[in-house]
Amino acid sequence: MMLIPCPYCGPRNQIEFTYGGDATLRRPAPDAPESAWVDYVYLRDNPCGPHDELWYHGAGCRSWFKVRRDTRTHQILESATIDPPQPADP
Amino acid sequence: MTQSWRLPEGGAIDRSRPLAFDYDGTRYEGYAGDTLASALLANGVHLVARSFKYHRPRGIHSAGAEEPNALVQLARAARTEPNTRATVQELYDGIVAGSQNCWPSVRFDAGAIADAMSPILPAGFYYKTFMWPPTPKWWLKYERAIRRAAGMGRAPGVPDPDHYEHQYAHCDVLVIGGGPAGLAAARAAANAGARVIVCQQSPHFGGHLFGIDVGSIDDRPAADWVDGTIAELTERADVTLLSRTTAFGYYDDNLVGAIERLTDHLPSPPAHLPRQRMWMIRAKAVVLASGAIERGIAYANNDLPGTLLAGAALTYVKRYGVRLGTQAVVFANNDGAYGAALGLHEAGVRISAIVDVRQESQLGGALPARARATGLVLLPASVIARARGRLRVSSVDVVPRAGGAAKSFDCDVTAVSGGYSPAVHLFSQARGSLKYDPMTASFFPDASPWPIIPAGAVNGHFSLAEAIADGEAAGAAAVERAGLHITGSTPAPPTRRANPVAVEPFWAVASHHRRAKSFVDLQNDVTVADIALATREGYQAAEHLKRYTTLGMGTDQGKTSNVIGLALLGEQLGLSIPEVGTTTFRPPYTPVTLGAFPGHAQGPHVEPTRYTGMHAWHEEHGARLVNAGLWKRPHSYPRPGESEDAAANREAHNVRENVGIVDVSTLGKIELQGRDVPALLDRIYINRWDTLQIGRCRYGVMLREDGIVRDDGTTSRLDATHYLMTTTTANAVSIMQHIDRLLQIDWPELDVYATSVTEQWAAAALSGPKARKVLAQLVDIDVSNEAFPFLAVAACRARIANGDISARVFRISYSGELAYEIHVPSSQGRVVWEAVLDAGQAFGIMPYGTEAMNTLRVEKGHVVIGSEIDGRTTAADIGMEKLVNPTKWCIGKPLLTRPALNAPDRWQLVGLTAQRGAPMPRGAKLVADPDRATPNPTLGHVTSWCFSPNLDAWIALALLSGGRSRYGETLWAVSPLADAKVRVKVGPSCFIDPSGERLRG
Repeated sequence: MMLIPCPYCGPRNQIEFTYGGDATLRRPAPDAPESAWVDYVYLRDNPCGPHDELWYHGAGCRSWFKVRRDTRTHQILESATIDPPQPADP
Repeated sequence: MTQSWRLPEGGAIDRSRPLAFDYDGTRYEGYAGDTLASALLANGVHLVARSFKYHRPRGIHSAGAEEPNALVQLARAARTEPNTRATVQELYDGIVAGSQNCWPSVRFDAGAIADAMSPILPAGFYYKTFMWPPTPKWWLKYERAIRRAAGMGRAPGVPDPDHYEHQYAHCDVLVIGGGPAGLAAARAAANAGARVIVCQQSPHFGGHLFGIDVGSIDDRPAADWVDGTIAELTERADVTLLSRTTAFGYYDDNLVGAIERLTDHLPSPPAHLPRQRMWMIRAKAVVLASGAIERGIAYANNDLPGTLLAGAALTYVKRYGVRLGTQAVVFANNDGAYGAALGLHEAGVRISAIVDVRQESQLGGALPARARATGLVLLPASVIARARGRLRVSSVDVVPRAGGAAKSFDCDVTAVSGGYSPAVHLFSQARGSLKYDPMTASFFPDASPWPIIPAGAVNGHFSLAEAIADGEAAGAAAVERAGLHITGSTPAPPTRRANPVAVEPFWAVASHHRRAKSFVDLQNDVTVADIALATREGYQAAEHLKRYTTLGMGTDQGKTSNVIGLALLGEQLGLSIPEVGTTTFRPPYTPVTLGAFPGHAQGPHVEPTRYTGMHAWHEEHGARLVNAGLWKRPHSYPRPGESEDAAANREAHNVRENVGIVDVSTLGKIELQGRDVPALLDRIYINRWDTLQIGRCRYGVMLREDGIVRDDGTTSRLDATHYLMTTTTANAVSIMQHIDRLLQIDWPELDVYATSVTEQWAAAALSGPKARKVLAQLVDIDVSNEAFPFLAVAACRARIANGDISARVFRISYSGELAYEIHVPSSQGRVVWEAVLDAGQAFGIMPYGTEAMNTLRVEKGHVVIGSEIDGRTTAADIGMEKLVNPTKWCIGKPLLTRPALNAPDRWQLVGLTAQRGAPMPRGAKLVADPDRATPNPTLGHVTSWCFSPNLDAWIALALLSGGRSRYGETLWAVSPLADAKVRVKVGPSCFIDPSGERLRG
């Protein structure tokens, strides 16, 4: 069981958290073409190595935050709060 | 005479405390401090088991957790336990145990016919033999017979009388293994101020030193050093010493699972003690001092009882004072085994010969020299070609490696050593890579991404002084890895001596006896020939070899055999051992009782139970309760003599005729506050929200990102910037999480604050034509249709038995009748519930449960999550396409235009009425012709059904292909599982009051 460093509460057992998927995804603009929406909803990278992802501390502070985790070892390289606001997609 | 094989003195046993025990129906005696195995050996019992596949006689092979053979059934009524390793089971007074896998007895076992038939039972035989007739049906029949023949032990047939507990612990340094290296590491870490936990799997600390006089430390006997170190560690408040505790698994971030056995060694376990305690230890750093496990050498009939590992032989002689036999042959490829030879000799066992695979020139070590000086016969460059005997070894044939005539040596004990395999299991579980040392033919720990530091024999330091030095260095390094400040310099670990016990890699003696088996894996009856056969048949990867031959499976997981198997595979393929690689080491290291995993989380304690504010009333009034997620909800309130179905029908009918009240506290409730709540609602619901006035509520549907319906419910505007959202009971948590995500990540600019208030509010729905009359007696607001119309919301005071309390009233209807929801703080749930019932008495009020609620909503055609909304339905499928506001964006809307979501044959919500009175079970398939041969095209399925007391008919909701264009058609609902075949008429999903006059009136 991973020990996840919540940026607000400190390290806590994985059972307190919910996984939220790829942290780099951005919802397309409302008028984006259907293909952009299909990419956003269905297509995911499955990297072997560091992965930026979202976690939710549901049994703690109820915050969403970002974690960089190595998918090969489950080592958490860093965790950070969501703010400051994310830059828009290039 | 009992214990005739006990030495007159010596051993770490308490000769003043004799213990009686029973094995296979015979009464024996042992001493406190014995294991079941040592006590059996003290009574001359070597034959204790029959093997798994061939039912060959087997004896005690080891003296520890790695035991492959001596698996016994402990008979303690409900506490019976199969596959108990006799080598680790501590003897207690009155223990009753017996052999497994044999009938009628271990001495004469009918199953041994399998041994004679072995030419037709090679590796993978059942894949080859039972392939005809080629249908799965026959294989299933064969498999049943094979399973019956192959079983290991009997599972208990009655519930476990014991209880188990869990203990979470945190420490700076966890030391796994309480031998010399582990104790040295623990002391070094504790001296540096670290919080330390030490796990030791056997009852005593000291590892192989315990009870065995080997060497001295700082000019003191080694045992004194152990006692002194234990005393020192015991005094420290921040050191926890756990004996009888096996660290069985390593999990991410240095979480180690360990199992502590508290009562397995007691004749009558006290009721208050848990049988075992599962520790989950989160350590900042781990020192792995798990030692090394001796392995054997394969030769013909190397499984005869009386054959055991050399280190085990020494342990039985020294620690338990057991003279194993009258004469012994020692077979070795290293110096370590000579210690066993000398120990046996000193105990009065005649050493017939020491057979050593190494050349004369390699026997220059101290121990071989001592053996020679003692006058023992050394046979260098020789091997045991074959052992002879029936139920016990009686002699061995020894041949020179270079070839030549065999010479027979009589013996009733054969002590074998093929070298030592470091117990790298937990290091490997910690994703640690292993490094193969060809000189000692062993895998050693290399590097792990986690802070786990090997020390002692597992790290290649076999001598006492080196193990202790390595332990001290590892303890200090662990403190540093734990992030603690260290004063002074960290000692450097000693250099690993090349080949400390002078091993010459040697795995198996080439056999010239076709019928004589050379065993690699004793527990699974895997022979040298099986490995060769599997290789020929193409199973050439280590993992494939394991699955095909079962090498390394079972309760011992190949602790004494894996490396031999890999080496033989490598020989077959012309590859080196590291090229072959190892199979994956998985938890648990040794078997863990299943009961320990749930601990106290059993029966009603598997999950938390949630109760509403009215729960006590429901219980007092005969409600039958059902689980709704974690909640307990009333299903119905049967009267004396009334069936549940009859009660639900009565309750549902009364709602349409008079008035009823139902507990709806389990609905998810989320308070939303802020200026931008309408903007949030517009983005998450398909319909429009910026027009919602204060004091009004609205029904809404939420979609997933892919356009499929996610949840539904109402949201009310309580004040200018204050809203209350309700969700379905099932989605209360996930919708809260969804909103948190949207507000925190996607739209942090929105001025909205959200919090769950599900627990804080009790809610009751009052419905029926007389609901207004009841409510008017209860609240201090005007509830006339003009002042408080459909979808109105108001705060008010509700009159209760002694005063009044603040409440919220919502004019919402799930039943389709004139209805109101009354929300009050949870603590007031019961008093308000009772006040409503009092006020309604004159109007024929009855409480109703979830079953009547379901009947009412099916009659009304209302959908529920999980039945109609099944993760595939769109808003259009359930007839809510008009709710999708065309002028605004919302989550899920962009993908709604996909052609497949708009095809004319989409499964759409319809209502079904049974043509002849019969139920249509949920899940029943809708077909045009029930008697058509399969595959019979499925047109849809029944999603919800009930008997409608108000229509006096069986009705159902269903999802039906092109459903809305099929009104009036007749179809069949068929369910072979429920043996149902019902003619149904298709119609709209709303059976009662489609124009909504009742709920608006």
